[in-house]
Amino acid sequence: MSTKNQDVTDEGVRDGRVIRKCRLPVLIVCILLLAAVAGYSVRRAAERTSRLDRPAQGGPAVLPGPVTLAGDAGRRVVFRNMVWGPHRDELASVPADKPTGPRVASGVKCLRFSAAAGTGICLQGEHGVVRDTYRAVVLDQELRERRTFPLAGTPTRARVSPSGRTVAWTVFVSGDSYTGTGFSTRTSLLDTEGWVLRDNLETYTVIKEGRPYKAADVNVWGVTFADDRTFYVTVATGGQTYLAAGDVASRELTLIHGNAECPSLSPTGDRVAYKKRVPGLPADAPWRLYVLDLRTMKETPTAEQRNVDDQAVWTGDGSLVYSLAGDQGTDLWTVRADGKGAPRRLLEGALAPAVLGR
Amino acid sequence: MYLADSRNGSGRPEGDGARWRTRGVPGTVFALGAVSLITDVSAEMVTAVLPLYLAVGLGLPPVAYGLLDGTQNGVAALVRLLGGHLADRGGGRHKAVAAVGYTLSALCKPLLLIAHTVPAVVATIAVDRTGKGLRTAPRDAMISLAAGPGRRARAFGVHRAMDTAGALIGPLAAFGILQATRAPLSTTGSTSAYEAVFVVSSCAAALGVVVLLLFVPRARRPAGPVERLAREPRLRDFAGLLKQRDMARLTCCSALLGLTATSDGFLYLLIQRRFELPNQWFPLLPLATAAAFLLLAIPVGALADRVGRRATFLAGHMALLAVYGLLAATPATTVAVVPAVLILHGLFYAGTDGVLAAAAGEAVPTVQQGSGIAVVGSGQALARIVGSLGFGAAWSSWGERTAVVLAAAGLCLSLAVCRVLLSPRTAPVRTRPPGSP
Repeated sequence: MSTKNQDVTDEGVRDGRVIRKCRLPVLIVCILLLAAVAGYSVRRAAERTSRLDRPAQGGPAVLPGPVTLAGDAGRRVVFRNMVWGPHRDELASVPADKPTGPRVASGVKCLRFSAAAGTGICLQGEHGVVRDTYRAVVLDQELRERRTFPLAGTPTRARVSPSGRTVAWTVFVSGDSYTGTGFSTRTSLLDTEGWVLRDNLETYTVIKEGRPYKAADVNVWGVTFADDRTFYVTVATGGQTYLAAGDVASRELTLIHGNAECPSLSPTGDRVAYKKRVPGLPADAPWRLYVLDLRTMKETPTAEQRNVDDQAVWTGDGSLVYSLAGDQGTDLWTVRADGKGAPRRLLEGALAPAVLGR
Repeated sequence: MYLADSRNGSGRPEGDGARWRTRGVPGTVFALGAVSLITDVSAEMVTAVLPLYLAVGLGLPPVAYGLLDGTQNGVAALVRLLGGHLADRGGGRHKAVAAVGYTLSALCKPLLLIAHTVPAVVATIAVDRTGKGLRTAPRDAMISLAAGPGRRARAFGVHRAMDTAGALIGPLAAFGILQATRAPLSTTGSTSAYEAVFVVSSCAAALGVVVLLLFVPRARRPAGPVERLAREPRLRDFAGLLKQRDMARLTCCSALLGLTATSDGFLYLLIQRRFELPNQWFPLLPLATAAAFLLLAIPVGALADRVGRRATFLAGHMALLAVYGLLAATPATTVAVVPAVLILHGLFYAGTDGVLAAAAGEAVPTVQQGSGIAVVGSGQALARIVGSLGFGAAWSSWGERTAVVLAAAGLCLSLAVCRVLLSPRTAPVRTRPPGSP
């Protein structure tokens, strides 16, 4: 071993002693400093989250109280309340003639919701330790759980038949948006008498131009009911969407009109509102709200000139309600179905409405 | 020195069996283990939440993340060679090179906070993996040098157990933080909870570097004329390494066996599908393997020092063979087999991971510890990537069962070949170290 190396070793030993003497205090100081930074960041993130639970100033008042789906309780809108505060995501109710008034929040949280004739369907999400899980809950008219079903993905659409007997829902099994092509949906029908679940409408036979049509890329989403046997739904295949008439008994989906998504059948059963991909619009905002007359098959654009990505709801007086992005997530807007008039904001911070009562 | 080592490694018991298993393992190994534990807490916190963060914050699908992860692990395996080589140069700069590696990775954690585009995140992860690649070989060389011949596998066992403890704590800490800070499910695009995870991860990574600098002494190799190359190791000495019979055989075997070992991700997916486990169990599978590895690493290491590291390395692969066997032969209804499969999988790691590094440490001269361990480790890692691709291809074209049977058959074949190659009788006692005139 050379002398040079020997020197280095001696120096190393000397250095070693100095380091050894002060290394514990240095370590402790470092641990304290780093723990302080880590603790501060976690606390700040937790605070930022809890701030979301405080009511926003100037927004509509939200008070806890009973919400009912009963048909005889006055004309009202029941919806998912999106206003920041302790009742965010809860089903809430406002009188139809005073939509900006105080909201009554039920305590039942839903991501998607729909109701008819005393039956509610509520699609819920739950944070898992590792992944989020989703379930469909059938509610009675006092919002009590009747039955729950696990969901295979992120909820997107829900509907109840006019009689309240059959419910339908759609989830994304991959992807989480209808824009683009890289998504896959699953749509299920549930008969609440006997609890028969038809898990996947893609097993139905698609009828195109009078003949059975087979393709691997068929996606089905957005049911709207005519009655407990027949319904309308979106069918997508080969990069094209269709309005299809579905039949539970024959297990068939008959394509009746091209370029129509998320249909909504009018209470009179003669018109369907839907979102249509209009050429020339940007790829991430491709839709306009249209109405199709099922007798004449004539399309009418509504006066809404913005991109609508929702399954609209009929109010009963010839208007449509649909969601658009807003300050608190989404707002509900309304426009006449005959193409006349102008869109008007109905509810701030709201999503997934059901218009109930008389 | 590596002569005696080699002989000892090929089957001669050490004597005192009643000793406490970690006795005689030097403080350096515990210090390095602590560094790895802390760093792994940091790294695994990020790994656990990154797919979620990328999906929520940047809209990157998990499949894309999987691809990204695979390629970058390949890069890390190559960088490992560089790290081993750099560490051997300049008279044993193991600590310096390791410190650079740990620091690089530590700097990447806070960078994740400001990387808001997919290319930026990819670049950050690439630098992080480069740091990991750089530090692996010098760290293992320091363990190997500190432990000395008789207790190498035991020392590696201690290190791997501590390392794995960190890998267990990391995800738990991350999900704990997410749970405590996460916004309601409806708040799409809110990333503040993930940012808290990244900050805590950064702090842990920084602490790991501090512990390394303060508590790990510079590797002091026992000098002696037999130990040294006549000159500084050069890049072309990598080729020289593979000309050495022991090294060549060990590298060949680790690569050959690596080809038949599928990636952990595939294996867990296979277990889940085979036994139809519910989705929420899926994240528990790697934790179970890690727990088994953690508990078995030290005893198996101690055993390897007594019965031979190479024999143990081969026996470790028998555990993997048993995993394949159970997966192929057990009916799907026998869910009770799952714990056995996972324990065997942990045993496979305990018998192969640190033990391979110890076997490599005994096969190369002291001055080339870094490069030698890197060559064997990188060979194995790259072969495993190739093997996983092959397994994935077999799975998608012929089904999962056939893929498992093929992997098991390949493993049997490799084991037979390696048994001959690594047999102590065919390994000659060297009289001359490589590079000496």
